[in-house]
Amino acid sequence: MGKAQQIANWGMYPQVQAKVAELGYTDELQTFVKTEEELLARGNGRCYGDAALSTTIFSTLKLNKILSFDPTSGVMACQAGVLLSSILEVVVPKGFFLPVTPGTKFITIGGAIAADVHGKNHHSEGCFSDHVLSFDLMLSDGQIITCARNENPDWFWATVGGMGLTGIIVQATFQLKPIETAYIRMESIKAQNLAEIMSLFEASEDWTYTVSWIDCLQKGKHIGRSIMMRGEHATIDELPPKFSGAPLSLKPKMNLNVPFQFPSFALNTLSVKAFNFLYYHKQRQKQLNIISDYDTFFYPLDAIHNWNRIYGKKGFTQYQFVIPKEVSREGLEEILRTIAASGQGSFLAVLKLFGKNNPEAYNSFPFEGYTLALDFKINRSLPKLIAQLDELVQKYQGRIYLAKDAFSVKHSDLIIPNLPENRKFTSLQQTRLATQA
Amino acid sequence: MKTYVILGATSDVGEQFAYEVARSEKENCQLLLTARSPERLAPLKSDLEITTGASVETLAVDAMDIQSATKYLGPWAEKADWVALFLGYLGDQEEAQNSGEEASRIMQVNYNGAVQLLDIFARSFATKKQGTIVGVASVAGLRGRQSNYYYGSAKAGFIAYLSGLRNRLYHQNVHVLTVLPGFMDTKMTADLDLPGPLTAQPDQAARHIFRSAKKKKNQVYVLPIWRWIMLIITTIPEGIFKRLSL
Repeated sequence: MGKAQQIANWGMYPQVQAKVAELGYTDELQTFVKTEEELLARGNGRCYGDAALSTTIFSTLKLNKILSFDPTSGVMACQAGVLLSSILEVVVPKGFFLPVTPGTKFITIGGAIAADVHGKNHHSEGCFSDHVLSFDLMLSDGQIITCARNENPDWFWATVGGMGLTGIIVQATFQLKPIETAYIRMESIKAQNLAEIMSLFEASEDWTYTVSWIDCLQKGKHIGRSIMMRGEHATIDELPPKFSGAPLSLKPKMNLNVPFQFPSFALNTLSVKAFNFLYYHKQRQKQLNIISDYDTFFYPLDAIHNWNRIYGKKGFTQYQFVIPKEVSREGLEEILRTIAASGQGSFLAVLKLFGKNNPEAYNSFPFEGYTLALDFKINRSLPKLIAQLDELVQKYQGRIYLAKDAFSVKHSDLIIPNLPENRKFTSLQQTRLATQA
Repeated sequence: MKTYVILGATSDVGEQFAYEVARSEKENCQLLLTARSPERLAPLKSDLEITTGASVETLAVDAMDIQSATKYLGPWAEKADWVALFLGYLGDQEEAQNSGEEASRIMQVNYNGAVQLLDIFARSFATKKQGTIVGVASVAGLRGRQSNYYYGSAKAGFIAYLSGLRNRLYHQNVHVLTVLPGFMDTKMTADLDLPGPLTAQPDQAARHIFRSAKKKKNQVYVLPIWRWIMLIITTIPEGIFKRLSL
């Protein structure tokens, strides 16, 4: 079963040859799992590096059925390959929203659990796993077990954030959150430097959603120049009359597409500087208060299909780390200085303050402190920069996010999940990290 | 409220056809989905109901067991407005050459079974003087080739059956559509390397089939290019054709 394919995740690096089987029925999947010696489940491939890649892949994309939805309690059960976008289409008109969502809605539920994704509300509502009630996991012998906090809890906690290495998540049950409208009341505030943005984060702890875009090419007194965006689900009373007639439905919007790969020189220090300059100065006031639909607030990049192509055919990587809150000021400054000095500009850099972590979810990435996510175009000097950043993250006792990682070398002691004995499910990332350790 | 019966709903095109119908009719339709293993239909049923509001029932129907199929489908034939048959069995040509069992299975599912299942509906549609029947055959039925002539000949018989049925039921106000898929990107062909431009996606096929049936088309190719490919294949003189390796 399965077809040989060249595949890569969203960063388009690395590209690997793999046998991919798309199976839609659990009985077929059981046979497949029993036959294969090594394999990994993969969802929509929206992680960036070499997570979710293996020589043999079970694609969950045909396990794409919603199994139940209770519009009173907001509890939904669905198969692992259902996309967050499909869930939103069903639940938003009924007055519910995802409890936690990353910056793209084109990921699967299985992926959300395996990477234990976080969003702009980490400080207030935790990781995706905090809202998962249970899931069914297929083990290496094809047996399916139900995992929850009170049923096979060892498997439950190893699997959330476990990057698919414990088995195959077949289906999951989770709690959605009620909303009055499909809109977000948001404030966008400019900060001139790191000190200002950090005090804004700390002053915004009562907001459900906070995130900031940061210009990581700034040096000296402008280091950390950024724009903070904070938001709340808008109530009906807060909507302007043009939206309040149908508060839970959005007008279909035009989506853009990047039809081909940009030449790799298109993004360089100069063009990124120009972009960052325009982005910062586009907003003229210090503070802007607006009502935004949820797509624009949560998923601005989803409106541009194939945006990863602007990095050219060599692809890109995203580097995301978190460092403890106590050392964040010092650590971020040193890391931003290193990046600015390298001239390897990232025009999608995101800064956020995470809240406390759930210690039971030991494989999850977030803990209390600042997290920074940066995009880098793949080039010859990138591994050196990543190694430098790794050193710094380690120095400040930070952690990197495996769902983004493609190059990291220093963190194997921190990031190899502590799993029960089970070696059938392996990823290229896991192999890379284990060999480098 | 219209009732649609989809025979072979676990086939990729059958599943997409169910979505096509349910998304267009929403709460105003009832679907009966059948498959050999009805437990495989449970997730499809829940997803269709939750995402479209349609009401969905499932039933075990095996083209190898027409007796029980007739018993359970009879009442549905009474109230159905549409029946669409997607089930099929590609089989293994080489195995069929060497074993009567495989050959007869291919013929039973793709011809005998398909015909007998549709006949259940044809009888009651003829009495009611209304209804739509969709039969999914194959371009393989237009000319026998060494690589799949058991499958092809069964589909050829099915094509002839559908055209005769259309001719007869035309006078009873019942419409019959013959669908001729070429290559399709489905489970049936998952291990084959198919040429992209000649290969239809299941959702695209389902949309085309539903639209064609509503427009009362008689016979449609899933991708228009196949009309020209088959025109060439069917006009090659037999003396040359027998030397080719197609």
